[in-house]
Amino acid sequence: MVDAHAESASARTLVLDVPGWGGHRAGQHVDLRLTADDGYTAVRAYSIGAPWDPDAPTRVEVTVQRVQGGEVSPYLVDEFAVGQRIEVRGPVGGWFVWAPGAAGGAPVLLLAGGSGVVPLVSMVRERRRRADRTPFRLVYSVRMPGDALFLDELTGPRRRDDGVDTHVVWTRGVPPDDPSGRPPGRLDLRGLARHGWPADLRPLVFVCGPTGFVEAVSRMLLVLGHDASAIRAERFGPST
Amino acid sequence: MPPEEPVAATDLTPGFRGRPRPAGIALPPGQYEEHGFPVLTAGTTPHVPTERWRLTVRNEDLEEWSWSWTDLMALPQDEPTVDLHCVTRWSKFGTRWRGVSLDVLLADVRSSAQYALVACHGGYTTNLPVADLLGGRAWVAHTYDGRPLHAEHGGPARLLVPHLYLWKSAKWVKEIHLVRDEQRGFWERYGYHDYGDPWREQRYQGD
Ligand SMILES: Cc1cc2nc3c(=O)[nH]c(=O)nc-3n(C[C@H](O)[C@H](O)[C@H](O)COP(=O)(O)OP(=O)(O)OC[C@H]3O[C@@H](n4cnc5c(N)ncnc54)[C@H](O)[C@@H]3O)c2cc1C
Repeated sequence: MVDAHAESASARTLVLDVPGWGGHRAGQHVDLRLTADDGYTAVRAYSIGAPWDPDAPTRVEVTVQRVQGGEVSPYLVDEFAVGQRIEVRGPVGGWFVWAPGAAGGAPVLLLAGGSGVVPLVSMVRERRRRADRTPFRLVYSVRMPGDALFLDELTGPRRRDDGVDTHVVWTRGVPPDDPSGRPPGRLDLRGLARHGWPADLRPLVFVCGPTGFVEAVSRMLLVLGHDASAIRAERFGPST
Repeated sequence: MPPEEPVAATDLTPGFRGRPRPAGIALPPGQYEEHGFPVLTAGTTPHVPTERWRLTVRNEDLEEWSWSWTDLMALPQDEPTVDLHCVTRWSKFGTRWRGVSLDVLLADVRSSAQYALVACHGGYTTNLPVADLLGGRAWVAHTYDGRPLHAEHGGPARLLVPHLYLWKSAKWVKEIHLVRDEQRGFWERYGYHDYGDPWREQRYQGD
C-alpha cells in the first residue's frame, strides 16, 4: 500500500501499487488475501474505485467500508498501514463492467446502496476520463451524511460530469442543508421512477449494494418495465 | 490449524489475526464458515410459478425428456444434508434439502455425452461433466430446511451439486443439455473454472 486516506468516518481508500498489474475495467474488483502469522488466510472482494490510469499502470484503488464485527474490513480501515504489503488477485469480473459504447451507447442507470457506490463511481470516473457523453443517472442510497462516499465529487459545484445526474436518497438522516425537504426513507418506486431513466429508453442498469437493497431495487425495476436482461447486479453483503 | 508449509515472511499481513479458527470442521482452502445464507446472482431474481414450471433434458441428438412440477413431485425424493462452498469464500455446513436425484431423472435418457450445459430461467448457464451429476451427488432440489425453496435461493427448484462450488448449483434450473463437447456457461466465460472443485481451490480458469 503506497497511500491511504479516510473517505468518511467509516471508510478508507487504500492505494495499492501492484507489480505487473495489466489494467482493469470500470466495475471490476480485486480479491485481497490476508495471512495471519499461523498461516490462516482470509480473502475478501473489493471493487476497484478508480479507472485504470495508463500513467500509473500498476495503481489499484479500493475503498473499504468498516463492517462492525467483520473479520477483514475493520483491519483494513483501522490497522493496515502505508508501506505494508497485501496479496492482490485480479482484476476479477467481466460482467459488472461498463465502458463507453457499452450496449450500443445505451443510457446508464447506476443504483448504489452504501459502499455499493464504489464500482459505480469507477464507471462515472471512466466516463469522465474518456470524455464520454453517454447519459448517466446515479441514484445513491445512503444512511446519513457522515456515511456518504465521494459526495463532493458527485454533487459538488466543480464537478466535471456534465450529463451525469446524481440523486441522493438519505435513508436515516438528511443533511441540514438538503433542499428537497424530503424526510429520510428508503428509495421507493416513485423515487426510482422519477430519478431513474424510463424503461422506454432501454438503459443499461447497474445495481450494487447490500443484498436486501439489490433485491428490492431489482424488483422495482421490473415493475417499472425494465428488461431483466438489461439489469446487472452485484451483491456485497450477507443476506438480510 | 498449522499451515501446510511455513509461510514466507513477505506473505504475512502484519497484525492481522482473523477470527478464531473453527474447530472440528474441515474448511476448503480460502473459505470461511458462514451461518447465514448469502445470495449471489448475476442479475435479477426470476419468479416462476410451479404451474408453469418444466424441466427439460435434451441429449446430443436433440431428443427431449421433460417433467412438469407434478411429475417431479411424483418421483422418488431424497433428503440430502450437505455442505455448501461458494466461490465468494463462504462455506455453510449441514444444509438440509429435499429433491430428486439426477440419477433418477437421467435414468431413461439415451446419451453418451460427457458434458452438461445447464440453462436457467433468467438466462444463467453453467457447465459441468455429466459424471458429476450422477452417483448420488446431484439433485434438482425444491425444499430447503423443510420449506419450499425461496425464489432468492433458486426456487421453485435449483440444481444442487454440493461437491463443486455453488455457482454450478444453478438456481431456477430449466434445461439440462447433454453435449459431446464442453460448452462454457455464464461465469465460466468470464474466467471462472470449468470444474470448480473447492478442495483443489479451482476458482478461476487455470487454477
Ligand atoms: C464483488 C464484490 C465487491 C465488493 N466491493 C466492496 C467494496 O468496494 N467496498 C466494501 O467495503 N466492501 C465490498 N465488498 C464486501 C467485502 O467483500 C466484504 O464482504 C466486507 O468488507 C465485509 O468483510 P468483513 O471480513 O469485514 O466481514 P465478515 O467477517 O465477512 O462479516 C460480515 C458480516 O457478517 C457477520 N459475520 C460473518 N461471519 C461471522 C462470524 N463467523 N462470526 C460473527 N459474525 C460474523 C459480521 O459481524 C458482519 O456483520 C464487496 C463484495 C463483493 C462480493
